[in-house]
Amino acid sequence: MELGWIAGVWLIPALPLAAFLINGLFGARLLGKLTGQIASVAVGASAVLAIRVLFDVLRLGGEPHTVPLYEWIAVGDFRSPVSALVDPLSAVMLVVVTTVSFLVHVYSIGYMAHDRGIHRFFTWLPLFVFAMLILVLADNYVLMFVGWEGVGLCSYLLIGFWFERPEPYVAAKKAFVMNRIGDWGFTVGMILTFLAFGSVTFLEVFEHVNDVDPGILTIIALAFFLGATGKSAQLPLHSWLPDAMEGPTPVSALIHAATMVTAGVYLVARSTALFAAAGDALLVVGIVGAITALFAATIALVQVDIKRVMAYSTVSQLGYMFLALGVGAPIAAIFHLTTHAFFKALLFLGSGSIIHATEEQDMRRMGGLRRKLPVTYWTMLIAGGALAALPPLAGFWSKDEIVGSAFVNGYALLWAIGILTAVLTAFYVTRAMYMTFHGEPRDRHLYDHAHESPPVMTVPLVLLAAGSVLAGFIGFPPEAGFIHSFLEPSVEIEGAVHHDPDYGLLTALAGVSVGAGIAGILVGLAMYARRRPDPAAVARAAGPVYTILVNKYYVDELYDRRIVDAGRALFGASWAFDVHIIDGIVNRLGWLTALVGSGVRRAQTGVVGNYALSVVAGLIVLILVYGGYATGVLTR
Amino acid sequence: MTSAVPLGAFIAVSALLFFIGLGGVLVRRNAVVILMCVELMLNAANLAFVAFSRRFGLVDERGSVFVVFVFVVAAAEVAVGLAIILAAYRNRPTVDVDEIQRMKG
Repeated sequence: MELGWIAGVWLIPALPLAAFLINGLFGARLLGKLTGQIASVAVGASAVLAIRVLFDVLRLGGEPHTVPLYEWIAVGDFRSPVSALVDPLSAVMLVVVTTVSFLVHVYSIGYMAHDRGIHRFFTWLPLFVFAMLILVLADNYVLMFVGWEGVGLCSYLLIGFWFERPEPYVAAKKAFVMNRIGDWGFTVGMILTFLAFGSVTFLEVFEHVNDVDPGILTIIALAFFLGATGKSAQLPLHSWLPDAMEGPTPVSALIHAATMVTAGVYLVARSTALFAAAGDALLVVGIVGAITALFAATIALVQVDIKRVMAYSTVSQLGYMFLALGVGAPIAAIFHLTTHAFFKALLFLGSGSIIHATEEQDMRRMGGLRRKLPVTYWTMLIAGGALAALPPLAGFWSKDEIVGSAFVNGYALLWAIGILTAVLTAFYVTRAMYMTFHGEPRDRHLYDHAHESPPVMTVPLVLLAAGSVLAGFIGFPPEAGFIHSFLEPSVEIEGAVHHDPDYGLLTALAGVSVGAGIAGILVGLAMYARRRPDPAAVARAAGPVYTILVNKYYVDELYDRRIVDAGRALFGASWAFDVHIIDGIVNRLGWLTALVGSGVRRAQTGVVGNYALSVVAGLIVLILVYGGYATGVLTR
Repeated sequence: MTSAVPLGAFIAVSALLFFIGLGGVLVRRNAVVILMCVELMLNAANLAFVAFSRRFGLVDERGSVFVVFVFVVAAAEVAVGLAIILAAYRNRPTVDVDEIQRMKG
């Protein structure tokens, strides 16, 4: 069968890699601002290719294809080729990653235009995309881990992009270290997979899941899930993501939407067969996801930094995706990942547009900006509506399917958490939108100097807004849409019961979740537009609860006290051991040598006669000793 | 194949030469003379080698082969030794080893 563009799938990551190399080698001296155009063209071409590949996968009926590039590691029984697995799941991810990344790249040309480090920015940005594409394309866990580490590295470099200030590099370090904890889980999972299956290739592993003891499978699945919690910012490793917004805003958009955080969801979705066979592991995934969704949404209620609201919203939405994976609806998870990529990228880029216009991130100093930033306002309004899951916007279809699946598959409690989170989500979106764009300007100076962003920034916003409206229709009608039939072969679980969607029940569930969204919006409008009840009064009434939320449940403080301080004590002790014991031994040895040397240097008189005499004396001693042994005098 | 001269005579001459050389190395101050005395010692050893080789030549011919090696070593030693003396002489115009004491520790 003709593979078409699938055979050329390696071009998709190769183009961003080429952009990285060109910009990295020649950016500083020759290219300067041109690096932005080069990176955008490369990633844009990747996006076109990704869409072609998607169509070819569609044409070939969703069969998985392995496209080998070369043999990478082959030691004994261990095989890790550099091969791409092209199936519906990776094809969808390719399109999402490349299109959103392309729009972010274009937007960044405008956003970073006045930054001295623009060539550095456009060196790391395509590398980030490249790493993510390797992660998505990998046909085995080891190659996936390469991409996995690659996005970790690039997120570190980009979060700490403005490393002259202390906050970004601290945030970068935090992101890196917390990701390392998750990476450890991934490594353990990878090693155990090889030990249990004798292979790390997805298709081989998934084929033999039923031959392996479920207990071991559970351990493997939980290890991989630990990796996923690190990368996808789930409890308890969530706290790096909100801090990651110290990086330039387009980076936040990239991290939150297309690359990085979706990696964990993708890992679990890719390993659906493994997780499904692993007993309770999926339930753990679902519960962690649900708790994270609720937990992060409550924090987002009270944040005043617009990017922080969006960051906690991402954590919360990722929680939804894991909830979907946990209740056995991986298609819903990938569907939500897709729609979320569009509207969350838009929300972040919109926030970036506001920051670009006002040089302010604190929503308390904004207000009334809709008159100054009309394009940003309307596009963000669409994205906000999608986040609040209002029909017919994209977020509605995917989120509704997640909570619906939770109910249909018998997880009533998780469904309830999902609905409660939906109320909170709608509320904080309304709050953020109102504080930013509506009401009277609270800072006159800031308001007067605000200006709409240039077209290079607003056009991506409009395109993403279109995506935020239309992306939902790939999942229409619910549970029987295009994306469902398309993804089915990639994530189908052997022996799973197929039941036709009960549209009466689904409509009722959708009604509940839309009602939840509208309730949240109404409460938000009542509090912020009509000031009844007044937000400040509510905060006072909530008292300690409010304080806890503002301080993000003191998670950072807890980690600081329990883990970071303990670590510091250990490292201090190691340092002292090194300086006093290890170095001490070396220094004493040196001192001893010097002492002996100063004693025996007197033997070096410089008089040749003395040396000759000592040679002769030594000779005589040798002869005497030899004679002694030869005659038997000394042997007795 | 017996020789008119007994082996002991060769050994005696060899030992005499060796101790003359040794005495010269220890007593003389002129670096060139010391070098010559070292040569004398080497040749004393050569004489002993050759003598033993002649005496036990049917059994073992290695003694005379060894002499060739000693020649080579001696030539190299003279080259290096004279070079050192020359360098020292350029530094300070003397070949008296008692006056060249700047290498002491």
